Amino acid sequence: MPSYVITEKCDGCKAQDKTACQYICPNDLMALNRDLMKAYNQEPEQCWECYNCVKICPQQAIEVRGYQDFTPLGANVIPMRGTDSIMWTIKFRNGILKRFKFPIRTTAEGSVDPFKGKPEADFANLKKVGYFTTSKPMPTIKK
Amino acid sequence: MEKETCTFSFCAKPAVEEIETDLLLIGGGMACCGAAFEGARWANPKKIQIVMVDKAATDRSGAVAMGLSAINTYMGDNDPADYVKMVRNDLMGIIREDLVYDLGRHVDDSVHLFEEWGLPIWKMGDDGFSLDGFQAKEAGKVMLKDGGKPVRSGKWQIMINGESYKVIVAEAAKKALETNRAATGIKTNHYERVFIVKLYHDAKDPKRVAAAAGFSVRENKIYIFKAKAMVLAAGGAVNVFRPRSTQEGQGRAWYPVWNSGSGYALGLQAGAELTMMENRFVPARFKDGYGPVGAWFLFFKAKATNSLGEDYCVNPEALAEAKKKYGKYVDNLGTAIRNHLMMRDMKLGKGPILMRTDEAMAAINKTFKEKLGDKEGAKKVKHLEAEAWEDFLDMAIGQAGLWAAKNIEPDKFPSEIMPTEPYLLGSHAGCAGFWCCGPEDLGAPEEWNKKWPGGSYNRMSTVPGLFMCGDICGASGHKFSSGSHAEGRIAAKNAIAFILDHPDYKPTIKETADQISAELYLPFEVYEKYKTYTTDTATNPHYIKPKMLQTRLQKISDEYFGGISTWYMTSKTMLDSGLAQLEMLKEDATKMAAANLHELMRCWENYHRILSVEAHARHILFREESRYPGYYYRGDFDLVDDTNWKCFVNSSYDQDKNTWIVKKVPYVQLVEDAAPVKH
Repeated sequence: MPSYVITEKCDGCKAQDKTACQYICPNDLMALNRDLMKAYNQEPEQCWECYNCVKICPQQAIEVRGYQDFTPLGANVIPMRGTDSIMWTIKFRNGILKRFKFPIRTTAEGSVDPFKGKPEADFANLKKVGYFTTSKPMPTIKK
Repeated sequence: MEKETCTFSFCAKPAVEEIETDLLLIGGGMACCGAAFEGARWANPKKIQIVMVDKAATDRSGAVAMGLSAINTYMGDNDPADYVKMVRNDLMGIIREDLVYDLGRHVDDSVHLFEEWGLPIWKMGDDGFSLDGFQAKEAGKVMLKDGGKPVRSGKWQIMINGESYKVIVAEAAKKALETNRAATGIKTNHYERVFIVKLYHDAKDPKRVAAAAGFSVRENKIYIFKAKAMVLAAGGAVNVFRPRSTQEGQGRAWYPVWNSGSGYALGLQAGAELTMMENRFVPARFKDGYGPVGAWFLFFKAKATNSLGEDYCVNPEALAEAKKKYGKYVDNLGTAIRNHLMMRDMKLGKGPILMRTDEAMAAINKTFKEKLGDKEGAKKVKHLEAEAWEDFLDMAIGQAGLWAAKNIEPDKFPSEIMPTEPYLLGSHAGCAGFWCCGPEDLGAPEEWNKKWPGGSYNRMSTVPGLFMCGDICGASGHKFSSGSHAEGRIAAKNAIAFILDHPDYKPTIKETADQISAELYLPFEVYEKYKTYTTDTATNPHYIKPKMLQTRLQKISDEYFGGISTWYMTSKTMLDSGLAQLEMLKEDATKMAAANLHELMRCWENYHRILSVEAHARHILFREESRYPGYYYRGDFDLVDDTNWKCFVNSSYDQDKNTWIVKKVPYVQLVEDAAPVKH
């Protein structure tokens, strides 16, 4: 289900040094046509339909259409990702609409403080099993 | 055939940045995020530098980039010894029990961290129904680490709202790297969009690796990272066999399409010993969209049948026939055996195979209404329907799109399931990977720990200082996302110990920056040299573009190494023939051509795929039995032969001589047999 970019909506993220979709695509698919200042998917047959470009696009200019080697036309799946939850709208070929909202995280973005309240590493345990966070003895296989 | 070389006569020389560091993390997925977190805590007080290099953006890189709807490995009240029994059973009796047990006893700590960092985890409500991550918080349900009760979709799996799973885990890793910058004073230690192509041996100690080289996919720049130790977690291999999809749909691989076998190729070229590379995974998934079936099977109790409505897993004739060839392994109905039974019905023309989602939903509807009355029952069913869709939307969005396009409402129509093309991986339900050192305290042979070449460091490969985790630590499948994170932490902690034990080591390589640049940029030189010879750059007798390289690889694997076109069937004669053709493809890889940085990455990714497949085929050839019926068959040895083959198969590759050594390694059982299954 390759992503596509809607010409009218894409502004090439002109305020930034690179487009959001180029930044995020795990498979390096999104490219920018510098003459038009519009992004496009340069290799649609390698698109995993992970929707990360769709979710991150500040203009909501990116959508996805089904892989045409097996998907009939007419449906779409559109996300709206917020800071703590995501809204999905699924439109069936026959017009049925389904909407869902799911949580995505219980903490504020950027608030992770990985070592806060965690013990310091105890180098006496470096060669033992367990992590720096481990406080109880690790179990072993009982014979 | 004349060899091509790069003298930068045709393509421009890239800039080169050389970085000397202590611990290099190659990859940015769950495993290396775990490595960054654990590693930084041990490294910071000792001023040891950690550098992470990722070919994508860490927020959305690796196998969890899209998200997940479940964490498949969480012990909770379970005994890790039972986890060993489950994994051993599913992987047809051959696993490194020390590594699997070790993973089981470590993994929960990572899951507890994910919840602390903000991953919403479903909890069991007081009425016995599930609460999502928000509802659980509002209802005052305590966290898992404080004894909170997760919603189990199976004995080992817990349900999550995992759209942002990777973003959350990456945030912790990036913050951990930030603390390492503060502790060591280095300016940069997180490189995104840098693709590592090759590891280089130490100039003074050729057994060790001293450097990793790659290039930016954004600018003309080569990076050479010299390091005292490395954690390698660059993923399994996808799109190595011809997929069932024909055109655009090739992107809809079941496993992430960007997992290009780099983990295997980087390690094996460095001389690290492989294990169980004959293993593969052929998941049965919803046809074409490859959406997950686990929740439907385990959570909604849906049944899969042939099109006549028969449960192919209880057919006495099929079971007796399978038992004759595959023995006791049939009794436990592991994933491979279920595949085998499904395919038997497909070959008999009893397909399509259907997941009876409609019947499952009807049964649930009935139970809920009986229990709760019509109104409350309907409400709970609606909640459950949302959960079913979330299963797709969190991790295989395209499957939701495919159902919508085909007007499939799961409560009204069953859906077709299908065995996919083969995948090579070691963290999901597969175990192809490297032979690694294990923990000392579990009763494993000393050759697996205390007497390890290079010293006893958990998860170190046979190359001293090179640690493996996630998809490429072998013979220890069923780690999944949480286990990969947990294993990355084990690897990083031991890598820090290794660095501290070798305080005087300084990595040096014999190759110059110019030589490395010429090697990595060869596909540019080849392309620029010949591109004007023909009127269309796509068709040119002097080179091969990455897309055709991949296509040829997929065709060879599919037709000779047991892909979909032969119903996963191969044999010695087929493997020999395929390997001869693969050798020519490997030679042709010296004529890969790239028109831009994106294609340069595709060239080297596909080269990594070729090496991964070669290892796979050589292992299948060596193991004269069909250890994984339903994943592949040796037509000339169509049996599970425990007398001769209940053992590991290990191999190593000599990249200078282009030769392989393949050998048997005895199996050692550490956890007693499970109680026999009653039918």
